Amino acid sequence: MFYREAGQYKATYEADSAKFPIFQDKLFIWAYLAIGFIAVPFFGNEFFLGAIMIPFLVFTLAAIGLNILTGFTGQISLGTGAFMGVGAYACYKMTLAYPDVNILIFIFASGIFSAIVGMFFGLPSLRIKGFYLVVTTLAAQFFLEWAFIRIPWLYNYNDSGAIEVPQREAFGIIVTGASASAEVRYIICLAVVVIMTWFASNIISGRIGRSWMMIRDMDIAAELMGVRPLYAKLSAFAVSSFYCGVAGALMVFMWLGAAEVESFDYNHSFEVLFMVILGGLGSLLGCFLGAAVIWILPVMIRDWLPPIVDAITPFTINSSQADLVSDIIIGVMIVVFLIMEPLGLARLWAIIKQKLRVWPFPY
Amino acid sequence: MELLRQIFIEPFETMIALPDLLLQTLWEGFVSGTLYSLIALGFVLIFKASGVFNFAQGIMVVFAALALVGIHALGVPAYIAVLLTLGVMALLAFTIVRVVLKPLVNQPEIILFMSTIGITFILIAGGQLIFGGEPKAMITTELGLPTGSSDWEVGGGIVIFQHIDIAAALIAALLIAGLALFFNKTKTGRALRAVADDHQAALSVGISLEYIWVVVWFAAGVVALTAGILWAAKSDVSFALQVVALKALPVLVLGGFTSIPGAIVGGLIIGFGEKLFDLYWGSPILGGGTESWFAFIIALIFLLYRPEGLFGEKLIERI
Amino acid sequence: MLKKLVLGAAALGFVATAQMTTIAKAEDTLYLPSMSYRTGPFAGAGGPIANGYADYLNMLNERDGGIGGAKVIVEECETAYNAQKGVECYEATKGNNAGALVYNPYSTGITLQLIPKAPVDEIPVLSMGYGLSAAAIGEKFPWTFNYPASYWSQMSSILQHIDANGGIKGKKIGFIYLDVGYGKEPIPLLDKLAPQMGFEWVGFPVGVKEMQAQGATWLSVRKERPDWMIMWGFGAMNPTAIKEAAKIRFPMDKFIGNWWAGAHADLEPVGEAGKGYLSSNFSGIGTDFPALQDVIKHVVDKGNSQADKDDVGKVLYNRGLFNAVIVAEAVRAAQKATGKKAITGADMRLGLEKFVLDEARLKEIGLEGFTAPIKASCKDHEGAGAIFIQQWDGSDWKRTSDLIPPMTDVVLPLLQEAADKYVAEQTGWKTQSCG
Repeated sequence: MFYREAGQYKATYEADSAKFPIFQDKLFIWAYLAIGFIAVPFFGNEFFLGAIMIPFLVFTLAAIGLNILTGFTGQISLGTGAFMGVGAYACYKMTLAYPDVNILIFIFASGIFSAIVGMFFGLPSLRIKGFYLVVTTLAAQFFLEWAFIRIPWLYNYNDSGAIEVPQREAFGIIVTGASASAEVRYIICLAVVVIMTWFASNIISGRIGRSWMMIRDMDIAAELMGVRPLYAKLSAFAVSSFYCGVAGALMVFMWLGAAEVESFDYNHSFEVLFMVILGGLGSLLGCFLGAAVIWILPVMIRDWLPPIVDAITPFTINSSQADLVSDIIIGVMIVVFLIMEPLGLARLWAIIKQKLRVWPFPY
Repeated sequence: MELLRQIFIEPFETMIALPDLLLQTLWEGFVSGTLYSLIALGFVLIFKASGVFNFAQGIMVVFAALALVGIHALGVPAYIAVLLTLGVMALLAFTIVRVVLKPLVNQPEIILFMSTIGITFILIAGGQLIFGGEPKAMITTELGLPTGSSDWEVGGGIVIFQHIDIAAALIAALLIAGLALFFNKTKTGRALRAVADDHQAALSVGISLEYIWVVVWFAAGVVALTAGILWAAKSDVSFALQVVALKALPVLVLGGFTSIPGAIVGGLIIGFGEKLFDLYWGSPILGGGTESWFAFIIALIFLLYRPEGLFGEKLIERI
Repeated sequence: MLKKLVLGAAALGFVATAQMTTIAKAEDTLYLPSMSYRTGPFAGAGGPIANGYADYLNMLNERDGGIGGAKVIVEECETAYNAQKGVECYEATKGNNAGALVYNPYSTGITLQLIPKAPVDEIPVLSMGYGLSAAAIGEKFPWTFNYPASYWSQMSSILQHIDANGGIKGKKIGFIYLDVGYGKEPIPLLDKLAPQMGFEWVGFPVGVKEMQAQGATWLSVRKERPDWMIMWGFGAMNPTAIKEAAKIRFPMDKFIGNWWAGAHADLEPVGEAGKGYLSSNFSGIGTDFPALQDVIKHVVDKGNSQADKDDVGKVLYNRGLFNAVIVAEAVRAAQKATGKKAITGADMRLGLEKFVLDEARLKEIGLEGFTAPIKASCKDHEGAGAIFIQQWDGSDWKRTSDLIPPMTDVVLPLLQEAADKYVAEQTGWKTQSCG
């Protein structure tokens, strides 16, 4: 009933193959964008914007990057953290060299560096696949982590080996550094994520995206049908790393404000992989849902679990135990989802949508 | 020019000038190589029998060691604590197979792999919740493991053999031999190899898949406990130890995911290789700390030439 | 099945929201959040520190009814030594209970992220014995403090100790360090002092992933044959390094750890093999101080502490306690200066610049001989505190040296230089001038 599409006729092929063929979907998207751009920064306080929404957007972008590689092309990667690091260090070096250039240009440009590095470490994927590829991407992760420490030029010979985000302005507003307001940083992150999501959805439904999915579904068959694995796989690595690189630059410049190598360690690779699994492999919507659950759920558990336990049971738990409990819950959720709904939250949403369409007469 | 000299001449000069150091390095490489082999063996066992790439093997090492120390701290004698820990590992194996793997039968390998990452999370957090996160000392002497050392004078220097290292190498070798015997001579072992060859065929002749899986996961638990005791005796029991277990991944790549001899040879290659490289090339030229990635890069280069590993089965793909 | 799960989660969320009752505001309170890490790879250090910090402040609540008549509220937030969780903790707690007064991040990574935020939110950061060395320059870093000494001061004291015990001229010093920002911090000082004091130094980095597999590193040590070893280690790296040193028969009394490589938790797994190992420290060992007896009496024995009674008085517990002492003294100074009971973060900053912890005051609060006196000032946010050397006797730490003051004449210009470099990279950085 809520999704009744009776009466929505499609008279052209363009209308039929549109991103959101149903009127209600279009409405929702515009509504979400309005909430995201207007309501959230207007009503959200600094904690909500700075510690929940910005990280959520950063991780969404990284999850889109990984999903392109894992969900759409079928290549597992555990190097996400390091590729994010490449983007962050590239952005830092560029803005130090040219302080007057708009930082937003550098945030996008840093993705290019990440894409080059990603393509290089994607080369083995032409020969190997599956778990062997996991090991080579882990090699990329560890090697790059080492390089981030061992090449002092990258962090400008800082004694602490850390990069500190300098204050930069764009369009006359302070956008980075501690003086930048959370609203401004949030709007920038949101804009980047929206643009790049739109871009990704177009690549995926285009020729390149289709060749990725053919490689994923069966690479030999794809090759016989004329998809060149070299181009398809390396382009997937490049685009994926580009997204991760931009996410890394956003993470350091818009969220953390300073970073050392630990900010890009292999735990982040896992975190992003979890987001992709929970959200749904091969779904852009899933990246948003997965990032929301993996980032926001632990924050909620940490804040709410101790008072609940205090109130309901005779025991008390401290914040460390709550933290561990949230880890356990995430682990359990991963397993439960893999068993019951391997396609993740995105699939769950599709089921709900179908139910809404036919409700109240399901037959 | 200077760089070429550093790469091709100086390391060998040092090796000749200090033969005791070279021997010591080889010995250290051998000891850590056997331990890598042991951890890799845990992966291979499970991969062969169930096609699951068990990412949780690393945390199982820590979990087993923690359980042992935790049970001993309750006042249980050391050897009984070992038995109880084996019981814990058996319970863990049973639970994982029953709750996680059985519902996932026939799912793609990648799904199974990701489910073990979920298990890793649960075990890391659960382990800290139960046993506490602070590092603990391994009960080396209580278990009757030796602690002293012996010297061997050679070429104007000495090579030091820690007794615990000798014991570690011996125990690892015994365990590997024992497992090989078990898999070749017993009925369960034969059933296991049948499952490894072909799940469907094994099922059709009446082998219980679930039972076999519990057995291999338990065997992997035993391997994990042994590796945990031996490694923790060299430092302490802490959650940082699970990273060491990631080293087993390049070992697997070198040896092939399905080959037990491969795990052993791969472990030794990595063990010797990273020690020699770091000492003679890594520290002088690259400023040290190369151990963290050397094994992985070697595996990466190796993969380009032989994607199925040293002893792995060659992949033949059909449409 | 899934439907039930979703419904269950929704119900839980509802209950949770209902439970979010606002804490009743007391008249005058001092809100001191405690960033702790009882989980993660460095949990062994995080637990005792957080216990010592909380117990001392709770003792003040029990014994004196707070500080200057205002109750102290200590709230723990788990960071797992992870910079991202640390920033989240900061954002989540900074506005609670009329505002946090000071943050002690206990992680260099988190400190670096809080340094730029401190002037904006007007909450000072006290990184006691870690963090950015350059933060000692008060004119450049008005909101950041690292009492009682920076890493560079500490390294200079350690080198003086070596010089006093057999001379340092012509010796070879090995420096084994955790290969992150924290471990690399003293390198510029070593470079500076090496020609001046006439020694040679070699670095041995240990990656975070290699903390418990240092075989190759110690083979390099054996190859280089240094006369002394200095260690900048943390967590699981320390016991492993000491065991490996014992393995290659490196003389333990020539092996000095910094103040994060000399806790009970580091040496207890090593035991007898670590006998003779040295480390620097700045907070007293044991419970033979009246203040600690009060903590035991008012907090631990009443079961209000997360620490076991045996753990009270251990190195890191006392370090957390000493952190609380500095905070409490600064609060008193701020209260005196402003005449208010409940102070703000900005008042706290004044207090941290004004407090005096001399011998007389240490005796007054029951910590005579616990540590070196600290004299804070607007210019000097480090206090140039002296350290002492302690030695492991196989089962416990024993203090073996007098206080060794740092080589301020060498360290200060370096600190100044580093501070200038930091400020130069930042546009719009606020400095202060000290009259």
